Amino acid sequence: MPLDPESVPNSRNIVRRQYANGMTVLVKENFSSPSVVIDGLVRAGAADDAPGKAGLSAFTADMLMRGTAKRSFAQIYEAIEAVGATVDISSGINVTSFSAKSLAEDFALVVDILAEALQCPTFPEGEVEKERGEILTSLQERANDTRRMAGLTFRELLYPSGHPYGRSVEGYPDTIRSITRGELTQYHRSAYGAQGLIVSIVGAIKTEEAFRMWEDAFGPWIGARVDRGPIPAAPRLTERREKRVDIPGKMQSDIVLGFVGPSRAAPDYLDARLGNSILGMFGLGGRLGEKVREKSGLAYYCYSQIEGGLGPGAWRAIAGVDPRNVDKALPLIQAEIKRMLDTKVTARELKENKSYAIGSMPIGLETNDGVAGVILDMELYGLGLNYLIEYPDKINAITAASIQAAAQKYLDADNFALAVAGPLGV
Amino acid sequence: MPKTAVRKPAAARPRIVARPRNGHGVLKAVLPNGLTVILKENHNAPVVTFWAWYRVGSRHERTGITGISHWVEHMLFKGTPRFPAGSADRYVSREGGVWNGGTWLDFTYYFETMPAEKFEVALELESDRMANGQFKPREVASERTVIISEKQGSENNPRHLLSEEVQAAAFKAHGYGHETIGHLCDLQSMTRDDLYNHYRTYYAPNNAVVVAVGAFKADEALAQINRRFGKIKRGPAMPPYTVVEPEQRGERRVTVEGPGQTAYVELAYHAPAAQDPDFPALVALDAILAGASGLSIFGGGATNASSRLYKALVDTELATEVGGSVIPTVDPYLYSLSATVRNGHTPAEVEAAFDREIDRAVDERVQAEELAKAIKQAKAQFAYGSESVTNQGFWYGWSEVFADYRWFETYLDRLAAVTVEDVQRVARKYLRRSNRVVGHYLPK
Repeated sequence: MPLDPESVPNSRNIVRRQYANGMTVLVKENFSSPSVVIDGLVRAGAADDAPGKAGLSAFTADMLMRGTAKRSFAQIYEAIEAVGATVDISSGINVTSFSAKSLAEDFALVVDILAEALQCPTFPEGEVEKERGEILTSLQERANDTRRMAGLTFRELLYPSGHPYGRSVEGYPDTIRSITRGELTQYHRSAYGAQGLIVSIVGAIKTEEAFRMWEDAFGPWIGARVDRGPIPAAPRLTERREKRVDIPGKMQSDIVLGFVGPSRAAPDYLDARLGNSILGMFGLGGRLGEKVREKSGLAYYCYSQIEGGLGPGAWRAIAGVDPRNVDKALPLIQAEIKRMLDTKVTARELKENKSYAIGSMPIGLETNDGVAGVILDMELYGLGLNYLIEYPDKINAITAASIQAAAQKYLDADNFALAVAGPLGV
Repeated sequence: MPKTAVRKPAAARPRIVARPRNGHGVLKAVLPNGLTVILKENHNAPVVTFWAWYRVGSRHERTGITGISHWVEHMLFKGTPRFPAGSADRYVSREGGVWNGGTWLDFTYYFETMPAEKFEVALELESDRMANGQFKPREVASERTVIISEKQGSENNPRHLLSEEVQAAAFKAHGYGHETIGHLCDLQSMTRDDLYNHYRTYYAPNNAVVVAVGAFKADEALAQINRRFGKIKRGPAMPPYTVVEPEQRGERRVTVEGPGQTAYVELAYHAPAAQDPDFPALVALDAILAGASGLSIFGGGATNASSRLYKALVDTELATEVGGSVIPTVDPYLYSLSATVRNGHTPAEVEAAFDREIDRAVDERVQAEELAKAIKQAKAQFAYGSESVTNQGFWYGWSEVFADYRWFETYLDRLAAVTVEDVQRVARKYLRRSNRVVGHYLPK
């Protein structure tokens, strides 16, 4: 069925403006619900962290709502929670994301709080220590969490030494203990600015009113202007890198096996993504779910995912299995990866997965959060505002050969990173 | 000839219980075979969600077959003669839909969210598995290890280990005392026939509720549902559930030791059922104590840094997070409060801080502003939750299971009617030491 252009976000119903300070603002009205969602980013991220200061960017982002030039931590949260709004700021590898959701009548309040938090946080000493303690407790929990430890260990194996993607965004106990209030303040001053800021605003607000309020709060902001240069490339692995982390006493082990995958902007991203759908997503976990869960009964979850993103994110398979079954599940996962390399996907798989990719699109667009997220992605990755209208044609152009080519480019039967976390020697 | 002689038998028609007024509200009907149907039009997006709810969950399970409702749910993804294992997964996905199932204390549900023009796909699949689940021995065997794996995954989480123990200590008679996943020995010993009998006992139109929300015309949808489900035979009356949990006489305490370096605390109080007039006041009390996210209603995702317990536990650096949970249930269940103990502190210190705040809520009336905030938060959460048809389908169905759909529709009104006196009254009535279980997770 052809898509109705009015029913999806596109260049005719999104208004996009760029500003002299380097920010881009996109607004789409939707009066079918009384809420407004803000979804945006600034260009600070964990890739900025020096190796001995891993977690600095994330710690900084966590501090922004803990006190500003105008409000204390208690005042910020009293204001937000009193009206049932949510505001969140958190750091990823290449960007720090911010988001807010409120009833339309409270939009001005959440814009003010975001502006204060991003532009003039005060890093109160006592709040720094509170936050540090919370991060350290969370890292202590991570050390005993098979899923998080398998994920972290996998990153450390996959990327070359010193590559920002190979470090923990949250940091490590030693680095978190070493970060000073001065370093947090300095990082905010040197890394946060309007240059490259993108924000998408969707909901029950008139377009011009949304622009006016955002411009009032963010128009005068300059902040830091940083030339971060390109994100370092990550080579394909030329060997098998494996590490098993012992977490005694656990009932289940987690496995992550994978490769350096395509960035979101890579020309073969959609081919790889459709291939991934066949490998480990479609139905109940694609071919991996079929073999490891449905046929062998070895796992409750076994699937694969592609990170995409601004840089060379991972393409990985994930499974949680009985610690005694790790070495039964691994050959099944490897065999499915090899099959993606050696054999073209079937005509039926191709047809069904295309149909899912195109047909399921409206489901992600029923909430303001979903629409705001899609608009932000279109801007961040340079997809163009008519991406959703063009999307069915792009999916339909994918062939079994182009999927196999993408698989051969990124996947490998023998050379991969493999992390297992759980009780060893059982 | 009189006109009545050519009319079709009246028995084939659904009985209309409620109709939308001025384009708002739901169409509720009951088919002649006892199936309850709830339909809500929503034309904001070209999407429809369809839910089939069965009034069976871990509440109904006796010793020896714990976990059976959840396992039956898994088996209904493993094939019917018309849709052999795996084929329905592919069918839903290639039509652009998503589907899933879930089992808890009082219910088992299945849903599909589909592009609006594929509504019939959901009806086809759900009407098929209401009657035609196969439970092939081979599939039962392979699912047994999948479910044990699911249980092992949960047991990796210390919070799960603690709440399982607290729940067990709170109930000595009622089926709410065991986890929905079941005990390992039962998962190892249950047979294919146990599962099939459970399915045949509880999966009947007269024990089910179907809900659709989305871009359809309610009258047409009812006719489609009647065509698909109307031919399924009514089952025998459900076995009565007669267990009443005896009153607890004195505080119960449990300790769980396990791997890790972090300690956790949970306090669980016996709480009123969803239909109890005290329920809205308890929801308000929880919002004041532990924040709006603790409503556990309409999605959440809200922070709770201005709540009383956050200030008493997290601001004081005794804990790194705190939360509350009120669950609407058929029978009285638990109001639970939990916290993660911050490195360098003890569960005893955290428990003492909890007690100071609980005593305060019992001894003094809350401020009118605190109550007003709780109500505004609920309104906002309600609005956010209503954007997604899937979420609405969930709430219409769940509320029909533990009360009826009007419970959901009048939720905000009942909350707005709560007074500060009500909040203090429920605090005094339920937040008693002798009415609770205290649990500590101690890393070893």
